Amino acid sequence: MSAVLFFIAGFGTIAGAVGVVVLRDPFYSVLALVAHLISLAVLFLLLRAEFVAAAQVVVYAGAVMVLYVFVVAYVGGSGAGLSGDEPLGGVSGLGSSASSLRLGGAIAGGAVLIELLIALLGTGLKAVGGYGAAYAPGPRTFGTPAYIGNLLLTRFLLAFEAASFLLLIAAVGAVVLAGRRGGPEDDEEEHRLTSLDLIRPQGTGTTAEGVGGPRR
Amino acid sequence: MSIAWYLAVSAIVFSLGVVGVITRRNPLVVLLCLELMLNGANLSLVAFSRMWGNGDGQILALIVMTVAACEVCIGLGMIVAIYRRRLPIDVDELRELQG
Repeated sequence: MSAVLFFIAGFGTIAGAVGVVVLRDPFYSVLALVAHLISLAVLFLLLRAEFVAAAQVVVYAGAVMVLYVFVVAYVGGSGAGLSGDEPLGGVSGLGSSASSLRLGGAIAGGAVLIELLIALLGTGLKAVGGYGAAYAPGPRTFGTPAYIGNLLLTRFLLAFEAASFLLLIAAVGAVVLAGRRGGPEDDEEEHRLTSLDLIRPQGTGTTAEGVGGPRR
Repeated sequence: MSIAWYLAVSAIVFSLGVVGVITRRNPLVVLLCLELMLNGANLSLVAFSRMWGNGDGQILALIVMTVAACEVCIGLGMIVAIYRRRLPIDVDELRELQG
């Protein structure tokens, strides 16, 4: 049973990864990555990592992929400024055609694969060929949320706090990077005086003031 | 299945990610291929964690997922900023540092 499930999930994982690399439309690549992530969560479950599998589905296949889909829809929606992804077209100015780039990529990937297989499977560890350590199901055993939470708040408290701080920094950085600066299109937009502007004191919250635009 | 099978799958996924990062030109897809590489590493971490019956590998996998989420956040913010400045969304044409 577990062998059948492993082969189904493993096939899904590898097929999803191939889809991400091969598919031409970035939107389909994102969908292939979602399939890959869900198959990978099944593999995590087979490895008795229940909490990691749940976090994978919720955080990755849920939240992060929604972010990707939004950005693909935003960037790929209008054709302006988007040259697309055409693996067959010549690479401009690089002096090498795209086909040789693909050949080089395949050679490099094959070399990395062979090296990883030698490193992982040719290792001296006898336990690699085994089925893992002894496992007894229970509410607080290996891989359950209680076990992971206990480890995170005792032995790995520093890593936990560092990760939370890193998330905060990343959120601030994303807002700084993607936020509009200078207000919305100052030069094109003619300022029309409305009756509301006469009774409204300065500095009280229009959107243009909020982003540092012209004060009205 | 023995642990070696999981490790083989993780090696295949990682090298597919390497191929994607080298060959694709859209930075969005390059980010997706980076995710593939991180996921391959995560699978091997969880497999080794199962092999020793020790939870440390799973904690490391969770931290890697956190770092990947941060990377996606910053990367997508950069792509949106590139798009706002009407620059081409293509890693070959963005190889000069001047704005």
